Amino acid sequence: MNPAPSVIVFTVLSGMGFGFLALLGLFGVQGWLGFFFWGTGFGLAVAGLVASTFHLGNPQRALRAFTQWRTSWLSREGWAAVITLGLLAPQALSDWLGLGWGRGFGIAGAVGCGVTVVCTGMIYAQLKTVPRWHHWTTPAVFLAFALAGGLILSGVRGLAVIALCLLGVLMAVQWFGGAGRFARAGVTMESATGLGRIGRVAVFEQPHTGGNYLMREMIFTVGRRHAERVRMIAMVSGGLLPVVALVFVPGVAGIGLAAVTHLLGAFAHRWLFFAEAEHVVGLYYGRR
Amino acid sequence: MTCLPPHTDKKLGLVIDLDTCVGCHACVTACKGWNDQGYGAPLSDQTPYGVEASGTFLNRVHSYAVQPDDLPAQTINFPRSCLHCEDAPCVTVCPTGASYKRAEDGIVLVNEEACIGCGLCAWACPYGAREMDLAAGVMKKCTLCVDRIYNEELPEEDRQPACVRTCPTGARHFGDLGDPESAVSRLVAEREGYALMPEMGTKPVNRYLPPRSKDRPEEASLLAPLLDIKAAGLAGWLDRVLGKLP
Ligand code: SF4
Ligand code: SF4
Ligand code: SF4
Repeated sequence: MNPAPSVIVFTVLSGMGFGFLALLGLFGVQGWLGFFFWGTGFGLAVAGLVASTFHLGNPQRALRAFTQWRTSWLSREGWAAVITLGLLAPQALSDWLGLGWGRGFGIAGAVGCGVTVVCTGMIYAQLKTVPRWHHWTTPAVFLAFALAGGLILSGVRGLAVIALCLLGVLMAVQWFGGAGRFARAGVTMESATGLGRIGRVAVFEQPHTGGNYLMREMIFTVGRRHAERVRMIAMVSGGLLPVVALVFVPGVAGIGLAAVTHLLGAFAHRWLFFAEAEHVVGLYYGRR
Repeated sequence: MTCLPPHTDKKLGLVIDLDTCVGCHACVTACKGWNDQGYGAPLSDQTPYGVEASGTFLNRVHSYAVQPDDLPAQTINFPRSCLHCEDAPCVTVCPTGASYKRAEDGIVLVNEEACIGCGLCAWACPYGAREMDLAAGVMKKCTLCVDRIYNEELPEEDRQPACVRTCPTGARHFGDLGDPESAVSRLVAEREGYALMPEMGTKPVNRYLPPRSKDRPEEASLLAPLLDIKAAGLAGWLDRVLGKLP
């Protein structure tokens, strides 16, 4: 699949933002530090959501995307995000100004953050046509990124290290399991064309000499050549370096270093998530 | 509404005969021609005369070389368009309700006024039947020529999809696959028509008729009519004389 920058930015930033917001909702930070923290959380989440509208053909109608929550994970994600941000707004206000409104909004909002991130993952995991994504590890890794990112930003070193280890394990499971999933799904050129009943199928001539939307969007072969390298970057920069920074670099510098390296790793992971995923439509073109 | 109708009595669709399709791309052109000026936004092209020419089409014709175990390879032309699936994943993923399946005849359509151009439906379709129009920013797909088949302005014989009407070899058939007595259903039964990628669980309505089995070379040699030709005239005389030489 084509690794479009808008979708990568969307999933990475809003994932981290919602992870951070969930922790702020649960535990709260008061006063002006709270204002700064809440602002960062909202900023990341909203920036991601705004980025996601950049790849729309007609973004001016984006409000219509709230209508089909009964069947569409994309629509559910929209609702979850808006409700969550709405729930957390009074909590942020209360924390900042010391209004003492308890943690009810914050706790509900934290649950909402989790739901939102799962919905984001399900947009991809629901697609049978992309076997690599069609698996529980897709939302699980999204959740683990949100949790690890949130904990790093919160500066809770011990828990952040545990979350980063969990993230590392989940990424490994996602990659190992994902490698053969296309083959295991049992879709081939023979089943795609139904011509397997006659013999082995190969492309004789393509239907068009130029590219088209399908090929640009779903048959992205360039990235896969570098898959192993990007995997290393995602694992080292997303998981290992932040752990090192958190354990060995004291003060804000350690947190900052961990956050920046983790974010870079998250971008690498997400780029690969799209770039190496193969869509079954590629079978009609004899390539994936 | 992106909830699928639980059941449609009528299942309008296409039956494509891979035995007779000659890969002329006439259906591709007819489809583009009709849908460029009818239903919804026109099908735009990007740099059509440039190096990287590309454009929106609702129907594409592939050509495959199929190699049986014990026979020479066969070339099979393979038109590909929307199969108007019963369990259409392209419909349920749509966040806006722009994609829908009609309860009255099973046609899957896009309401372009509501489409935000997110592309998720094209991702959900296993068959590559949806293409985003880059000029209009909305999703395009085969409409089963809904603006022809019910169009009383057209003469009766033209109330069929443009691709079906135009096919010079009659390789495309249109009808109600929900009615077991319809001509298309009988054709499918007779020729063992099949659905594409059933493992994707989309339950396509369209069917493909497999190529008829070919003659076996040992049963009928291609040279058979030539083998017992007797040479006459000068060649015959030479044949006789040379044959006598030791
Ligand atoms: S062929 Fe693709 S676009 Fe057409 S109904 Fe089936 S899933 Fe949807
Ligand atoms: S591109 Fe349009 S029709 Fe397709 S899922 Fe998005 S809004 Fe629905
Ligand atoms: S039925 Fe109409 S829209 Fe569909 S492929 Fe044929 S000509 Fe194109």
